[in-house]
Amino acid sequence: MLNKVNREIPDEILKDKNYKPFETTEIGNPETTYVAHEVKVSQGNDKLVDSIKDVIAKVGLKDGMTISFHHHFREGDFVFNMVMQEIIDEGFKDLTLAPSSLTNVMNDMVIKAIKAGTVTHITSSGMRGSLGDFISHGGLKDPVVLRSHGNRARSIENGDIKIDVAFLGVPNSDAVGNANAIKGDAVFGSMGYSLMDAKYADKVVLLTDTIMPYPNTPASVKQTQVDYVVKVSKVGDPEKIGSGATRFTKDPKELKIAKTVNQVITHSPYFKDGFSFQTGSGGAALAVSRYLRESMIDRNIKASFALGGITKPTVDLLEEGLVNKILDVQDFDKGAAASMANNENQQEIDSSWYADPYNKGAAVNQLDVCILSALEIDTKFNVNVMTGSDGVLRGAIGGHQDAANAKLTIISAPLVRGRIATVVPDVTTVVTPGDSIDVLVTEVGIAINPRRKDLIEALKDVPGVPVYTIEELQKRAEAIVGKPEKLQFTDRPVALIEYRDGSLIDTVYQVKD
Amino acid sequence: MERLRRTMMFVPGNNPAMIKDAGIYGADSIMFDLEDSVSLAEKDAARMLVFEALKNVDYGNSELVVRINGLDTDMGKADIYAMVKAGVQVIRLPKTETPDDVVETEKVIAEAEKFFGIENGRTHMMAAIESAEGVLNAPAIAKASDRLIGIALGAEDYVTNMKTHRYPDGAELSFARNMILHGARAAGIAAFDTVYSDVDNTEGFNHEVEIIHELGFDGKSVINPRQIPLVNAIYAPSEKEIRNAKAVLNAIEEAHKKGSGVISLHGKMVDKPVVARAERTMALAKASHLVDKEGNIYVE
Repeated sequence: MLNKVNREIPDEILKDKNYKPFETTEIGNPETTYVAHEVKVSQGNDKLVDSIKDVIAKVGLKDGMTISFHHHFREGDFVFNMVMQEIIDEGFKDLTLAPSSLTNVMNDMVIKAIKAGTVTHITSSGMRGSLGDFISHGGLKDPVVLRSHGNRARSIENGDIKIDVAFLGVPNSDAVGNANAIKGDAVFGSMGYSLMDAKYADKVVLLTDTIMPYPNTPASVKQTQVDYVVKVSKVGDPEKIGSGATRFTKDPKELKIAKTVNQVITHSPYFKDGFSFQTGSGGAALAVSRYLRESMIDRNIKASFALGGITKPTVDLLEEGLVNKILDVQDFDKGAAASMANNENQQEIDSSWYADPYNKGAAVNQLDVCILSALEIDTKFNVNVMTGSDGVLRGAIGGHQDAANAKLTIISAPLVRGRIATVVPDVTTVVTPGDSIDVLVTEVGIAINPRRKDLIEALKDVPGVPVYTIEELQKRAEAIVGKPEKLQFTDRPVALIEYRDGSLIDTVYQVKD
Repeated sequence: MERLRRTMMFVPGNNPAMIKDAGIYGADSIMFDLEDSVSLAEKDAARMLVFEALKNVDYGNSELVVRINGLDTDMGKADIYAMVKAGVQVIRLPKTETPDDVVETEKVIAEAEKFFGIENGRTHMMAAIESAEGVLNAPAIAKASDRLIGIALGAEDYVTNMKTHRYPDGAELSFARNMILHGARAAGIAAFDTVYSDVDNTEGFNHEVEIIHELGFDGKSVINPRQIPLVNAIYAPSEKEIRNAKAVLNAIEEAHKKGSGVISLHGKMVDKPVVARAERTMALAKASHLVDKEGNIYVE
């Protein structure tokens, strides 16, 4: 059947996997019940384990179970590959892999685990590189389930994802499992996504290279949650966990887009004292922080909070007093991670607090302004951040669907990238529905969702910011790069894209070779 | 009224990404270069690339200029024919030494227009002056063709020719700038200043723009889009200048309504140059987004 964003959803998937088709971005006030997890009572005296092999035996890992990891170490992660290699070596089969996301450094090991029959199901926020390629070419029998960070929190709470064993790498822990990510070699700041695993998994294993004296405070993960602590040689490569010194882009096109994004924000009704924002990462996002800072000083406006993945420029705004608080679910660079140790106004939040649609109110619901990127955006304002122009998986939902809940959601994207249009008649894959997108900013001008008559009025005369319809921008992109041939897919689904409420918004099919 | 030419952005004719995006930065003029920035091996490809861009890419209100290879090279004539066919607004001659250089080029342009059935005179020209001889001939060069819209100083070759190099205070360019400016003004065409190649030196760039703004140049050649807002900021009129200009234009309107020939403001006669300056001030104010479409000053 066709869902509300006009995507054909195979009936057998709706039936077999008990899915509802995507209907609406409105969450409403449904009632739900959270699941509880098993507890094996411990006095805490025998938690420290010498090897990954031993801990796998102790937690009672069995074929068919669900295991989880986090991606806070990003491209500097050593833990995933160490643990997964051991699990493959032990000959486990038919596991479900349920990490918060998969980074490139994990790709080869995931492919190996699939080929060995160790992993037969995957749910993640996204995947890129060789793994995306492998899955898109039919490497896994069962379609991968892709969920936003908020949706993963929801799914863990209601049991859609039932984690049997969570393997969580941390830069430090004491012998009973009090751990944080703000001290040690491999600091990554907020433990945001992994806090859900620590709270809901039946068995929680911490892996660390630094054992601290008891009690190791402040504790993000607590001894009450942890079954075992494994001492390993090194959990991560600090150089690759987050980018080092932040450099602002000098790319004139990125700067132009960033400047226009800032003009949209400052001319919107939301730019007033006490407003809140999420900027994300990447060159253009960092440049927006710079322009926004200037505008806040000029107009004597301070923000109540900044949300989401945090960067050094956002931390600088906190220290300068231009932002009162940071709600921090992950840190993109060293400066942001380091600041968490020193600034009490930088609050670590878990992904439920950040973005979960099915709790008693998440931070994204309080958000005024949000800047997001796009691989593609179509004339219905639907956004794709998952599949490339070749139809292959190469992205992650991240918090995209969740943060798009903001009162003013801005997509910042160039009209075309190289020879590929970004603004298209129909996106390859709908990840975030157009209903939650308000303004598209490109280098040639902006387009406003016709639904937002108030913004059309507010932004109609901004100096140097021409307003187009999104159809006009699409035509402009097409005039530059022409019309591409239609992508060819088989009828075999390789990935299911859930909306944040757990309904099915789109299906990704195997690419035809 | 004469169009604004505060910035002329140089775009290498062999760089598709820069050519595609050249229109988004608000340059008053865009100059696609087929000459110095393109290696010999890429001359044909660049010519075709710029030809297609001129035909297909929307550059908004920017004036489109192409710097061709000189007629003393194998490429010069082909460049002219291709650009005339593409409908370019202005062909820029490199290294113009004498009025004859302009006349020779004009002949080829006229031939090309005839060949393609294009109205004679539609393709305009500008000349770059890059040597001592060119500077001394500037007044004659500026009057060598009705097609000329302006002359420009190319300082790199000029300072080499003069056995000096660029200095922060610009003394080495003082004579050339004044010659070119006087030549242009005497001929009633535009005067463009040279490029400033240290893109990251904002202070040095601004200093140079202030000098040429004070002298009276129409604008400056820029090599990076980031230099455009810097030029525009220096060329932006002050609020007082805008108010004066509005008063002048209002007085004219009043006088026209009354059918009065003599216009006065605050007891002073408003003559033609005052009106021209007021019109230019308002055009600059609009281009700098200091006033809205009706000429009302923005209050932030």
